[in-house]
Amino acid sequence: MKKFLISAVACVVAQTGGAFAGGQTLTVYTYDSFVSDWGPGPQIEAAFERSCACDLKFVAAGDGAAVLSRILLEGERTEADIVLGLDTNLTAAARKSGLFAPHGQEPKGLTLPIEWNDEYFLPYDWGYFAFVYDNTRLPEAPGSFKELVEEYPDLSIVIQDPRSSTPGLGLVLWMKMVHGDRAASAWSALDSKIVTVTKGWSEAYSMFLDGEADMVLSYTTSPAYHAIAEGDSSKKAAIFADGNYLQVEVAGKLTSTENGDLADKFLAFMLADEFQSIIPTTNWMYPAALDRNSLPQEFAELPVPEIALLYEDFEAEALRKDAIAEWRDALTR
Amino acid sequence: MARRANPLIALAGAAAIIAVALVTLVPVATLWINSDRLLGRSAEFEVSAADIAALRFTLLQAFLSAAISVVLAVPVARAIFRRKFFGRELLISVLGAPFLLPVIVAVIGLLAVWGRSGWISAVLISAGYERISIYGLSGVLLAHVFFNLPLATRIILQAWSRIPAEHFRLAEQIGMSPSDQFRHLEWPMLRSVAPGAFLLIALICASSFAVVLALGGGPRATTLELAIFEAIRFDFDLGRAASLALVQFAIGVAFAVVVLAGNREIGFGGGIQLNFENWSKNRTWAIAIDAFAIGSLIAFVGLPLLAIFLEGVGKLPTLPPETWPALINSISIAMLSTAVSVFLGLALSVRIASLSRFPGRAVEIFSMLALSASPLVIGTGLFLLLQPFVSPFNLALPVTALVNSAMSMPLIVRILLPACRRTVEVYGPLVDSLGIRGWSAIRLVYWPSLRSPAGFSAGIAAALSMGDLGVVALFAPPEFATLPLVVYRLMGAYRTDQAEGAALLLVMASFALFFAFDRGGRLGHHA
Amino acid sequence: MDITLDRLFLRIGGFELRANCRLESNRAFALIGPSGEGKTTLLQAIAGFLSPVSGRIEFGGRDFTNIRPSERPTTILFQEHNLFPHVSVYNNAALGVRTDLRLSKVQRHHVISVLDRVGLSGLRDRMPGELSGGQRQRVALARALLRSQPVLLLDEPFAALGPGLRKEMLDLVAEIRAEYIITLVMVTHEPADALRIADYTLLICKGRVSPPSDTQEFFAHPSVELKSYLGL
Repeated sequence: MKKFLISAVACVVAQTGGAFAGGQTLTVYTYDSFVSDWGPGPQIEAAFERSCACDLKFVAAGDGAAVLSRILLEGERTEADIVLGLDTNLTAAARKSGLFAPHGQEPKGLTLPIEWNDEYFLPYDWGYFAFVYDNTRLPEAPGSFKELVEEYPDLSIVIQDPRSSTPGLGLVLWMKMVHGDRAASAWSALDSKIVTVTKGWSEAYSMFLDGEADMVLSYTTSPAYHAIAEGDSSKKAAIFADGNYLQVEVAGKLTSTENGDLADKFLAFMLADEFQSIIPTTNWMYPAALDRNSLPQEFAELPVPEIALLYEDFEAEALRKDAIAEWRDALTR
Repeated sequence: MARRANPLIALAGAAAIIAVALVTLVPVATLWINSDRLLGRSAEFEVSAADIAALRFTLLQAFLSAAISVVLAVPVARAIFRRKFFGRELLISVLGAPFLLPVIVAVIGLLAVWGRSGWISAVLISAGYERISIYGLSGVLLAHVFFNLPLATRIILQAWSRIPAEHFRLAEQIGMSPSDQFRHLEWPMLRSVAPGAFLLIALICASSFAVVLALGGGPRATTLELAIFEAIRFDFDLGRAASLALVQFAIGVAFAVVVLAGNREIGFGGGIQLNFENWSKNRTWAIAIDAFAIGSLIAFVGLPLLAIFLEGVGKLPTLPPETWPALINSISIAMLSTAVSVFLGLALSVRIASLSRFPGRAVEIFSMLALSASPLVIGTGLFLLLQPFVSPFNLALPVTALVNSAMSMPLIVRILLPACRRTVEVYGPLVDSLGIRGWSAIRLVYWPSLRSPAGFSAGIAAALSMGDLGVVALFAPPEFATLPLVVYRLMGAYRTDQAEGAALLLVMASFALFFAFDRGGRLGHHA
Repeated sequence: MDITLDRLFLRIGGFELRANCRLESNRAFALIGPSGEGKTTLLQAIAGFLSPVSGRIEFGGRDFTNIRPSERPTTILFQEHNLFPHVSVYNNAALGVRTDLRLSKVQRHHVISVLDRVGLSGLRDRMPGELSGGQRQRVALARALLRSQPVLLLDEPFAALGPGLRKEMLDLVAEIRAEYIITLVMVTHEPADALRIADYTLLICKGRVSPPSDTQEFFAHPSVELKSYLGL
């Protein structure tokens, strides 16, 4: 038993030490699912290391919000050179911290449905939030946010909590953008359809898959996963005529980096085709700078909302507290 | 009565108290000191109506969860105590299982049975009734009772078997009816053990968060823990997080003082634990009640576990390679945490048992505080404390082991303390008069009578550590993952199937560890 | 009430004991024999805590073999653990009247008078832990009297007491037995105890129980087995 403990500890230590071997090391903080065996991390690491003769080290630090709070905690002492995986709901706070340096790149060929002029953060992928459903269980889905709120009385949905999850926060802002001052009453009207509110995307999505609700807050790209990985074409995303809210995932360089050149190289690599073409079938989002024709067929065939909604990051930051309070009060009453 | 402390025990007891402080007061203090570090605005602490609502819901659900768990545990523990049936030992072990399930796995298992598309709804619909919806307070209570009823049952079962068999023999001899036997023997036992079990469960439930959200049906079901999470993750307001953490501690202490103040340990005295037939159990209605209690327990606890097994078992062969090193990491951390926590927990329990009433209670209540500690506050606090000096990556193992040990301390103390008190009561004078000291006192006197509860608490500590996700996240070096982390990563990457397989692997590994420790402790012992 | 042990056969682990005899009503019997030969086992069987392999136990001509201990006409005092340590002296005794402790005024007076009778006046509110060993067994004796069962079984309850105290307790038992009309069966390893209060003595040796003999006669003309037990 003692022997087992020692060898087990040795095994952990060996793993810890192994990553520090090699020449120059670029440390990238990112969210958990990015580094999973099925996520983009392993392929991107291999591809970048082929071109840079360096060691690319991904550190998984929870979800996007956890990554930012980790960086804020570490401050100037952080070991990170790059942070990858914030979204536009977090970038205002990140910018305010003064820990991020301008990226200095001239991004070309961006395929976002919006203009991108952020000088600190570069997008690497994006998607539309959408309510995903299974058309064998729900033959007809709402065609707009207004329909979702006002019609379909028997519909059940599961959403994420805006206080603990970025999709949840996205939904609150989406509601605010579509319904404006009437957001509170729209939440009250939607209340009876909400089965429950989960801590994060994973819980909500697995509850949807297990049949707990007709629809779940996810992305328009989610059906592509089921089509490609599972050969299942029953999952659909509801495209709303009054617009779907955008999530743009970004990366930024830290001022404290001692590997500035390598970091710049990585940011450039991030928008190159090799990186971009890994994204769709690992992160299941639209790549930010890949020509539509280079997308996998299932992605290219996905229906696309005509209206893309997104607050500027400083607006989102300013609205967040009140929008969440409005949501909470409406659903608590 | 205060007893002169065995120096070895006093030293280890002090180490245990320091460990508890390291996960409770120290992180909160660190957050306070660093409250200007992040972007947090509010230097002064504002209490919103929403905070009050969260506080009220926290207290309500914790109180109800604990009360229901403990009350239901009484007939169940009694049935298991007095029946011999096939698989009894296995059932006692399986009672550890729900407690060690990672939250997301437990929710999946519960919903497979109780959900809108679950088995019960399916049966109801095919019988022409409406499907059931558990979301709301009932869902929260259901989940918390699922987690904690088995724990309460184990604790009460252990207390039952501490009533010397001679007392039951005497009760039979003077012809006590079952209700009088309950009143004179079992009720005093329950009065001494149930408040502790209630407190433990109330504190566990008070800091629950993901379960409350998933099954609570919306923001009506909000706990303080969520507010702490929001403060750190989205408001970047360490001062507010520290204030909320203090409120959470205050609740914990208030609960503990109220519950433990009126709680007296009952001196049942020693006995030779002779074997004899307990006659009162042979009435028909007693058999029916016991069969119903055991049957309901098996259905209530077993069905969700069965669902988890069925969902995951087919997916085990599809697990990605990252699963296996993660499994080894999780087991290593669990072994280390368990060794530390059982050693410290034993020392602390023996120490508390030998202290006089007031300081004993104070230390006991302090040790319970770790249950009210938010894992996120602990992680953040220790991270802020250590990161200026050492790369956190180099501390993953010791910090995780320390935190896991300290977090399981309240459970271990709760489980060991009654047995310790009894050992000190019965053998204390003998130990003193023979002058047995140091290690040999532990080996000869305490260990033999504490072996069974120590095995159970080691099992719990190991399983808790296996399922832990909270603290390791901030300290985990690159390419280092634990099994729960892998489960969440797979889920986050849409790989629900593999996640369910990995979750089953996690459950099986946790259970194997739990089983090994728990059975190891009970071999050759009764219950 | 008389006791019949009809071809009784007991077994615990590898140990076996046979008895076939009748114990007359309202007399005192001593069970004597080397330790480990089954004196306690036999008493446990009479009290109902041990089921025989075969044979019958009768009280007053009625078969009680399969009747639970609390429904037999017996009270047994064990070597130890006769009191609930967390229950007061008064309540420990009162449990002999009603186990739900709902006593009428008359019953309460009765409990107090019996406690006085066994010499415990003034100690009613104590807890068992605060009493001496002799006092504890007096409480147990008081409860036995309050239960007023016709058969009293003593499993060496006074063995741990000093010689003087033991004699005192035995005399108390003898007096009480005469007052309350009780059949007494007492385990002992001291011939003096048997001679002091037992009308008849049974020897338990090598798995067999000898039939009851007159105690004075028994010790005046010891059998071979008794001689070897007494070391003569």
